Amino acid sequence: MTYRISELRQTMRSKISVSNLNFYYGKTQALQDISMEIPEREVVAFIGPSGCGKSTFLRTLNRMNDTIAGTRVEGKVTIDEQNIYASGTDVVSLRRKIGMVFQKSNPFPKSIFENVAYGIRINGIHKNKADLHERVEKALRDAALWDEVKDRLNASAFGLSGGQQQRLCIARALAVQPQVILMDEPASALDPIATQKIEELVVDLKKDYTIVIVTHNMQQASRVSDKTAFFMLGKLVEFNPTQKVFQNPDERLTEDYITGRFG
Amino acid sequence: MAETNSQNHGRRKLVSSVMTTLTAACAVFVVAVLLLIISYIAIRGFSSISVQFLIDTPKPVGEGGGIGNAILGSVMMTALAAVIGLPIGVLAGIYLAEFGNNWYGNVVRFLADTLVGVPSIIIGIFIYTLIVVPMGRQSGLAGGLALALIMIPIVARTTEEMIRLVPDAMREGALALGAPQWRVTWNIVLPAASTGIATGAMLAIARITGETAPLLFTALNSRFYNFYLDQPMSSLTVQIFNYATGPFEVEHAMAWAATLILVGIILVINVLVRFLTRKRF
Ligand SMILES: Nc1ncnc2c1ncn2[C@@H]1O[C@H](COP(=O)(O)OP(=O)(O)OP(=O)(O)O)[C@@H](O)[C@H]1O
Ligand SMILES: [Mg+2]
Repeated sequence: MTYRISELRQTMRSKISVSNLNFYYGKTQALQDISMEIPEREVVAFIGPSGCGKSTFLRTLNRMNDTIAGTRVEGKVTIDEQNIYASGTDVVSLRRKIGMVFQKSNPFPKSIFENVAYGIRINGIHKNKADLHERVEKALRDAALWDEVKDRLNASAFGLSGGQQQRLCIARALAVQPQVILMDEPASALDPIATQKIEELVVDLKKDYTIVIVTHNMQQASRVSDKTAFFMLGKLVEFNPTQKVFQNPDERLTEDYITGRFG
Repeated sequence: MAETNSQNHGRRKLVSSVMTTLTAACAVFVVAVLLLIISYIAIRGFSSISVQFLIDTPKPVGEGGGIGNAILGSVMMTALAAVIGLPIGVLAGIYLAEFGNNWYGNVVRFLADTLVGVPSIIIGIFIYTLIVVPMGRQSGLAGGLALALIMIPIVARTTEEMIRLVPDAMREGALALGAPQWRVTWNIVLPAASTGIATGAMLAIARITGETAPLLFTALNSRFYNFYLDQPMSSLTVQIFNYATGPFEVEHAMAWAATLILVGIILVINVLVRFLTRKRF
């Protein structure tokens, strides 16, 4: 049954399409010949040992690696049929469409409220002040943070705990209503309850968003994702429906990694 | 095993306490020198300070006189230098930090560092040839410009250093929300670096308030209250120089008093900027 559903899904439109992607930090190649179709309104999990290139790959999808000097991209990444590496691409509006939650939380030196409001303000999404407040509240609720901060919205974001800061960054990304959300280990600093809230959020967001989530937590990958990609040493080893990856993977390497034989 | 461990522990404790004492002693030394200088100036200068002294202009020896016009001149020329020097310095610093990783940035950086090291009297001579000679007279304008020139490279380099301290992760966070580069710089990077930038600006202002040499050729001095920037202008430092090198004891006393006022003004600028830029987030 479940197989049929995932097969059906494979016929769905792909939101992001990557073909023959190579990526270099200076002379060292970090990604090798990666091709992948990320379907619209699904959750794709990236797993793999530390240093295998998950973050690097994620950051090629919103051209965040552009900010690192000496990097180079070969190949093609298209989002909604647009090659994002074509010359003349408007990187600013691309990033507006592709939200990102970073591996290390990075709040702005502003109040909690202003952190979430920032993206709304710069993109001029809100109609008026009340609307702005509503959007900030909704984003904070979605990120399971509202109850903890509603009484100190004007306090500094740096006063929050590490896990709260991470949820603030999630709220900040949600507030601008992107089409795709790239999450780099969003729950690595969170306790089980907050993690569960984030996982519920991810599943919930799937209705409207396409989500890519990097995780070191196998259970998390199996709980939230529709498809799972396994990376090793800069290569995409396997990309299949999550159930298949965890129960009956095509590749021996995948099985070894998932069962904890290395990693 | 246990013995070596406790031996090591004993040694570590000894080294630690010696180092702590040493650093504390050096800290006391620094503060002591400052206190000594300030209290000496205060003792020598305090008795000559009066309201009259603060508002009067210099008079022939024996008839009193004061530093009112010198205070005004210093404030005007420092303000002129700040109005010109701060925006140029800060903007140049922003450029160097955010866009200056190229040959042009390296050239600017090198020249700024060289300019910081140029003796201030050379700056005075430069402005003298550039402004004073064509105008035919010394002026507050020339003095202010000389001070601005001294200020710009200092402000530019400290601004750059402070901006570089802002973590890249913070910039990326804003870029990821679809913020254009200039907004990232303006809304995120500058506020994060503001305390540091203000500290640099304050140090630069304190530095130029204490400059004498570049004003000798450019602003010269004046015995009168002067509100016009195109006229020779008095300044606290040049006035102190004049009083201190005069032959009479009353003049020396006034030099001490004027020095106390100068130190006081610099102190007030320091405190003010600290207060205005205190960390809110
Ligand atoms: N800025 C950089 N400059 C040079 N090399 C880098 C840079 N960032 C990452 N790398 C290298 O690229 C490779 C992939 O790194 P990446 O951060 O993508 O790994 P990752 O899969 O996200 O690991 P982790 O699970 O530990 O986060 C690593 O070998 C890393 O050392
Ligand atoms: Mg990573």
